Amino acid sequence: MSRILKKELLAPGIKRFELDAPDVARKARPGQFVVLRIHERGERIPLTIADTRPEDGVVVIVFLEVGKTTRELGELEAGQEIMDFIGPLGRPSEIENFGTAVCVAGGVGTPEIYPVARALKQAGNRVIAIIGFRSQALVTMETEMRSVSDELIVTTDDGSYGRKGFVTDALNELLARGEKPGRVFAVGPVIMMKMVAECTRAAGVPTVASLNPIMVDATGMCGVCRCTVGGEMKLACVDGPEFDAHQVDFDELLTRLKVYLPEEKRALEHWQEGHGTCRCAGKEAGNG
Amino acid sequence: MAKPAPTRTPMREQDPGVRARNFDEVPHGYSPEEAAAEAQRCLRCKKPTCVNGCPVEVDIPGFIGAIAEGRLWDAMTVMKRTNVLPAICGRVCPQETQCEGECVLAKKMEPVAIGNLERFIADWEAEQNECVMCEKLPPTGRKVAVIGAGPAGLTVAGDCLKFGHEVTVFEALHAPGGVLVYGIPEFRLPKSIVEREVNFIRDTGAKLVTNFVVGMTRTIAELLEDFDAVFVGTGAGRPWFMELPGENALGIYSANEYLTRSNLMKAYLFPEYDTPIVRGKRVATIGGGNVAMDSARTALRLGAEESIIVYRRSRQEMPAREAEIHHAEQEGIRFEFLTNPVRYVANKQGWVEALECLRMELGEPDASGRRRPVPVKGSEFRIPVDTVVVAIGNSPNPLIPQTTPGLEVSKRGTIVVDPATGRTSKKGVFAGGDIVTGAATVILAMGAGRIAANSIDEYLKTGNWQDPTGSQ
Ligand SMILES: Cc1cc2nc3c(=O)[nH]c(=O)nc-3n(C[C@H](O)[C@H](O)[C@H](O)COP(=O)(O)OP(=O)(O)OC[C@H]3O[C@@H](n4cnc5c(N)ncnc54)[C@H](O)[C@@H]3O)c2cc1C
Ligand code: SF4
Ligand code: FES
Repeated sequence: MSRILKKELLAPGIKRFELDAPDVARKARPGQFVVLRIHERGERIPLTIADTRPEDGVVVIVFLEVGKTTRELGELEAGQEIMDFIGPLGRPSEIENFGTAVCVAGGVGTPEIYPVARALKQAGNRVIAIIGFRSQALVTMETEMRSVSDELIVTTDDGSYGRKGFVTDALNELLARGEKPGRVFAVGPVIMMKMVAECTRAAGVPTVASLNPIMVDATGMCGVCRCTVGGEMKLACVDGPEFDAHQVDFDELLTRLKVYLPEEKRALEHWQEGHGTCRCAGKEAGNG
Repeated sequence: MAKPAPTRTPMREQDPGVRARNFDEVPHGYSPEEAAAEAQRCLRCKKPTCVNGCPVEVDIPGFIGAIAEGRLWDAMTVMKRTNVLPAICGRVCPQETQCEGECVLAKKMEPVAIGNLERFIADWEAEQNECVMCEKLPPTGRKVAVIGAGPAGLTVAGDCLKFGHEVTVFEALHAPGGVLVYGIPEFRLPKSIVEREVNFIRDTGAKLVTNFVVGMTRTIAELLEDFDAVFVGTGAGRPWFMELPGENALGIYSANEYLTRSNLMKAYLFPEYDTPIVRGKRVATIGGGNVAMDSARTALRLGAEESIIVYRRSRQEMPAREAEIHHAEQEGIRFEFLTNPVRYVANKQGWVEALECLRMELGEPDASGRRRPVPVKGSEFRIPVDTVVVAIGNSPNPLIPQTTPGLEVSKRGTIVVDPATGRTSKKGVFAGGDIVTGAATVILAMGAGRIAANSIDEYLKTGNWQDPTGSQ
């Protein structure tokens, strides 16, 4: 059981929660995630940990409302509780001094890459961050990202803010101007991570991507999160979520993310039809 | 004593045609009269061989004798001395190779239906408004952490409580029970029964902490700062795949995923419950164990028109319990024996559309004594499918070994213990169940829990720790 301490709207459809989860807060490292289940009938969904304040027992999550579960989550208010909150899960990001490190994030990937960028900065890296959004209204975490980066580039697809274009355009320019990053971190939509990997492959820049397949248990038990990396099967929840982006089969991941599209649509419709009826449940005592 | 009837008292069941489409439990259980009739078949042997067949040595003639005489509370008291999960064991133990296989009647006729009687007495108790509590020794003030709330962990918890120790059980999932809740389906082991047995252990005094992944949320080394002993019962949780081309196509599940979605997450009630599952029309399940039977029967209940089991040996070699194979056959599961998949064929959208297989024939016996299947050249054929469930086994969950320096593991990834005590190579840490043996049975996990609990008690009393593996 985990109580929502604070709720904020970062941009349309993007919400930030501070949660009371001392066990998770104490152990979480950049790059790790949590799994949550809102109530007795809920599904288990993974969300990247966007920040922690271990001294207060606080864990921050930021999420984009897409399907039924994230919308329902978004309707919860400060003071309410999430039934199950499990973490930290997955292997932490590999943080060391790479010289120059580039953090590339798209959309809601920005809050997710923030703790990584901060840790890289603390480890002595020169941090260049590229954060991309569809348009100005969706720009989030700019100030925070600026505070942990030596250089911050904001892009929008429609040019309504920052530089017009995709994050990969900015990344290509960096590489063209002679930057030699020791490591590139990519977090965001699969297609974006795939394109980042293509950019850096030619330049031979080591790149990691944080994969976001469907998960259930996230303890390595069910195998739904399997991804092909370097021709081998890996479980993103326990072997990842970060992998060598040049080895990842992104097309397979894109296909596998589509498996429940019809059911996701149906779940959303079902929920919207029955909206207003409260189904809060909460009998199983949990930890965290 | 009168001569026993040659056949056992049958247990009433749901009709196969009806039950194949619902998730309700298949057998209905005995009435007290049926139970008494069956109990009277027991000869009350002076040297009961059945007890040797039971990994936790339930006093079988003792509890059956009490049922025969109508002393049902006594029967339950006898049972709980050795087995705290009788409603579960009575339903899922492979009795035909254990207690019932050793019953003297088995030589000439049907053995006493020990499992059915065990189930009866546990269910009878549940219908009363009170229950037999375990006798507890005075509190010792010592603290035991149990990792994993499966049968092994729950047994350790129950036993350590009886010894007077304080027990906290840490479970990674949101519900306790291990395979009993996420793996074995409702129609074979109703979740309310698991809940009841878990509640019994909670009422005896165990603290149950769910949503706590040891190794991630806290390591064993950290637990040892707060607890005097730790028991690892984390099970065999990592699914094997066939490692064939096309295995990541849409519609291909591990049995763990398929069953977890359906059982733990209640996907069969989607969209009332949020977790989806593919409701395939033509489902192939690869494997021949209990897990395969459970998957294929779940597929039927999710609406499959055809549910097919693909197994590379013949019926005789199938490791599943006889009762499960029989139930599967009755429900109309199609068996493709001596058949081995070689690849998956996917359509343009990435969905599996066929399982390509080879026919096999039985050759020389292998190390396990079973005749080894060898492929018949040129026998490739395709089974059209829209869903495949891979149920060929699991390896131990690596999370704890990976995060616990000094804990010795075998090449197979199982935790190495001294079988007589359950001690690992790390001081104060014990282990048992599937994490030690690889995927096995509920009762073996409970037996291992019993052994570990006894030696935990001894360790807490004496403080003696001898490293069974000779390394430190
Ligand atoms: C579908 C299926 C059907 C079966 N049918 C039968 C049958 O009919 N008869 C029979 O005898 N046996 C059957 N078995 C086998 C039997 O269920 C297992 O042998 C038995 O459950 C093993 O018990 P265990 O306590 O060792 O582990 P499990 O039951 O696997 O429990 C382990 C628990 O530990 C938890 N855990 C894992 N890692 C961590 C961690 N790091 N921190 C905290 N918790 C953790 C897991 O979530 C799980 O709850 C079946 C198995 C399956 C999968
Ligand atoms: S516990 Fe299992 S093996 Fe032992 S008597 Fe009961 S059913 Fe038979
Ligand atoms: S989410 Fe189940 S194995 Fe990774």
